[in-house]
Amino acid sequence: MLLAQQPPTLDPVAPWLFYLFAGVAVLGALGVVLSQQIVRMAVFLLFTLGSVAMLYFFLAAEFLAAIQLIVYVGGTLILIIFGVMLTSKNPFIRLTVPLGQRIAGWGIGGLLALLMIFLGVVELAGGFQPSTPGASVEHYGVAELGQNLLSKYALPFELAGVLLLVVMIGAAYIAKGRHSDLAKGEETP
Amino acid sequence: MIGLGHFLTLSAILFGCGVATILTKRNAIGILMGVELILNAANVNLVAFNRFSWAGEAVAQGGAPAVDGLMFAMFIIVLAAAEAAIALAIFLNFYNHFSTIDIERARMLSG
Repeated sequence: MLLAQQPPTLDPVAPWLFYLFAGVAVLGALGVVLSQQIVRMAVFLLFTLGSVAMLYFFLAAEFLAAIQLIVYVGGTLILIIFGVMLTSKNPFIRLTVPLGQRIAGWGIGGLLALLMIFLGVVELAGGFQPSTPGASVEHYGVAELGQNLLSKYALPFELAGVLLLVVMIGAAYIAKGRHSDLAKGEETP
Repeated sequence: MIGLGHFLTLSAILFGCGVATILTKRNAIGILMGVELILNAANVNLVAFNRFSWAGEAVAQGGAPAVDGLMFAMFIIVLAAAEAAIALAIFLNFYNHFSTIDIERARMLSG
């Protein structure tokens, strides 16, 4: 609500707040890359996802920021932490790759990032000035999203519902299928 | 003044970190975290383009703001949640078989 009053080219308040959250997001992402311990990676990922949610407020997408916090930080990350706890006897286990492979991975990731920065900033943002000064989007209402969801995007919405059902059944089946086999095998002999 | 280029740069850095994470980890859950980073980078791009492109023009002409980028971002979040659930179920099964989460051990498809 506080940030909803901002004009489309972001406010004078916005720059240092943007740099703060973007910096936290970048540092978190670098922490995910550089850390070798899976629990620390999860905590760094938490910072990155939270900062991205805060950045959605700058883009006037308040509902999406709430979705990001609820689904990613509240759901997916908790799921990942459960996965970490269930799949390692020692959560601070180190699985290191060879140095050459690591350097190659960093190089490929860095080159792709530089390529995207070049393409996005130099080629696209240079000639991309669509927002007229009078056009002010204060914030996107939830009503807009709901109307689009039930009219223009009705089919993807239904498909997402079916997908979630299939994923729920499939995940439960995959995760516990082998356990029932083991239990049956232990009973018969 | 913060513009579209800033968000594109942030998104590119997140994407690069995600790719590097996928390429340099042996822990399967770490690779899943890299995928989440890449999906978040795509979401930042979609939301930023939705904000800085034609959404304001429609408002200036008296219409409702366009929310197509936000809709795409919402569907990507749903897909990411589904993907994480299935991937973690597969990793649990993998761990039950091999007692490790190291993807170097995954050299055969028949469990």
